[in-house]
Amino acid sequence: MADDKHTPPEVDRLTGIATTGHEWDGIKELNTPLPRWWLWTFYATIIWAIGYMVFYPAIPLISSHTVGLLGHTNRAAVQVELAKLETQRTIQAAGLANASFEQIKANPDLNRIALARGKAAFGDNCMGCHGAGGMGFVGYPNLADDDWIWGGKPEQIQQTILHGIRWEQSTDTRVGNMPAFGRTGMLKRDEIAESVEYVRSLAGLDVEKSANLAKGKEVFAANCASCHGDEGKGNQELGAPSLTDAIWLYGNSRAAMTEGLVNGRAGAMPSWSGRLDPVTIKALTVYVGSLGGGQ
Amino acid sequence: MTDIPATVPRKTSLWARHKIFETNSIFLILGVLFVISIGGLVEIAPLFYLQSTIERVKGVRPYSPLELAGRAIYVREGCYNCHSQMIRPLRDEVERYGHYSLAAESMYDKPFQWGSKRTGPDLARVGGKYSDEWQLRHLNDPRSVVPLSIMPAYPWLATTDLKYNDIAIDMKVNRLSGVPYTDEMILNAAADLRAQINPEDPGAADVEKRYPKAIIRSFAGDPKRVTEADALIAYLQVLGTMVDFKLYDNKANLR
Repeated sequence: MADDKHTPPEVDRLTGIATTGHEWDGIKELNTPLPRWWLWTFYATIIWAIGYMVFYPAIPLISSHTVGLLGHTNRAAVQVELAKLETQRTIQAAGLANASFEQIKANPDLNRIALARGKAAFGDNCMGCHGAGGMGFVGYPNLADDDWIWGGKPEQIQQTILHGIRWEQSTDTRVGNMPAFGRTGMLKRDEIAESVEYVRSLAGLDVEKSANLAKGKEVFAANCASCHGDEGKGNQELGAPSLTDAIWLYGNSRAAMTEGLVNGRAGAMPSWSGRLDPVTIKALTVYVGSLGGGQ
Repeated sequence: MTDIPATVPRKTSLWARHKIFETNSIFLILGVLFVISIGGLVEIAPLFYLQSTIERVKGVRPYSPLELAGRAIYVREGCYNCHSQMIRPLRDEVERYGHYSLAAESMYDKPFQWGSKRTGPDLARVGGKYSDEWQLRHLNDPRSVVPLSIMPAYPWLATTDLKYNDIAIDMKVNRLSGVPYTDEMILNAAADLRAQINPEDPGAADVEKRYPKAIIRSFAGDPKRVTEADALIAYLQVLGTMVDFKLYDNKANLR
C-alpha cells in the first residue's frame, strides 16, 4: 500500500467520485457513498432500538434491569393469553366442569365440546401409547373395542386417567400384578405349559393334542382363578383380563402366553391428574368412551 | 468534466484514523475483540449477578448419579440435535408441553440442554409422561409404538452395561462448576447408582435421602444389571418433575 501521508485522495475522472486514497499495485479504490435506502434503513433501526429500550426491558443495572414504560414481560403476557383461552373455553364448555357424564351424553352441545377437547388432548398425550384412534399396540390396550381391563364406565375410565395404572407416584393408582409364576418358582415348567394349554382351550384357541387339560385346569384353579375367575372371565376390580375372548394384550401365541406366566405382566400407565386439568380429563373420558367401547 | 477537482482535501479528524487498524493486524484483532466483548458484557455478564436471573423455587436438586450418567448418554447420543428442553412462555407451547421452563430447572445442567431444534418434541417435561416400559420399547424401536416416528432406534442401550467407574469424578467436575454435590454424595456415588434401580437394595433409602423424590425402581427391567437404558430412562423420567408448581409463585417471578 502506498504511503498516502502526502498524497490527498484524488477524484476519479470517469465517475467524478473521490477515491479513498489507498493504492495497491496501481489499483485504486472508489469511495462510493452507501446507497441512500440502505443508509436510512440503518438509521431507522437505530431509532427503533432507542424506542425499544425506552418501552421494553433492556438495560441491565446493578441489581435488576430497566423494565421499560410498557412494563412488558413474556411471562405475564403468556398468563394473559392462557387466561383468555380459559375464558373462551369456559364459555364454550359452560357446565362441562359440573355436568355428570349422563348429562354430557344427553346434551349434544356439551358432548360435542367434550369430544373436541378430548380429541386434542388425546393426540398430545395418549397417542404415544394407545395409538391414533386408540387402536393400541402390543402391551398397550386398544381403547376402541369393548374389552375393558379396568372397566369401561365413564367413572372407571376417568379414575384410570386420573391416577394411572401401577403408577407409584400416585397414591390412588390402580394396582394388581400378574405375578411372575415361572421366575419366582411358584409354578414349574410343565405346570406352566399345562396351564397355557388350558387357557388356550378356554379361549377357543388350538390346543396341543397331547395336552393334559385336566392337570391344566387344576393348576389354573389353584393359581389363576383367584384373579381371572373360575371360568377365566376376568375381574375388572383387579385388572385381570378375560381369558375367554379373542382379545389378547400381549398376543395369543404360546410364546407370549408363556412369557406372561414366567415373567409376569405389569404394564404401567402414568397418572394424569396434575399434568392435565380436571375438565380436560373429563373431556378425555368422554372421548375415550366414544371410541367404540364406552359403557 | 472540467470542473472536477483533481483531489479532495484530506480528512484529518479522529474519524479518519482507521488506517491504524487497516495496516496492523494486531490492532485489528484487538479492536474486533473489544467490539465483540461489548455485546457479551451487556448481554451475558449481567445474568451472572442479577438476582432475577434464576428464580427461587423449591425442589430442584442435583441429578442423582444414575440420572447424571443418563444425561451423559443423552449427550453422547446427540438427543439434543432433535429434542429441545425448553418450553417457551408461549400459549401453544404451554398448552402442549406444560408450564414454561424456568431457569432454575436447568441450573444444575452443565451444560444446559435447551437445544435449538425440534425435529422431535420438546422433552423438558417428559418425566412421568410415559411408562418406563414404553420408553424402553420406544428406544429399542420407535416405530413399534409411534408408527410415523422418524427417530432412529437405539437398541444397544438396553444391551450395553453402563460404565460408571468415573461417575464420582463426573460429580466432582460438576461440583467445580457450581453443582452442590456433597462429599457424602460423591463418596457413595457408585453405590447410589446401583441402588437406584433396585428398591430392595439396602442403600435405596439413602438414595432417596440424598436425592429427594428420586424414583427408585428398575427402569429397564433387571434390577441386578445397570444398563445404559436404565440410566437414560431414569434421566428422562426426572425431566421437568422437580419443581412443585403448586408452590411456585407465578407473579413473583415475572420476567
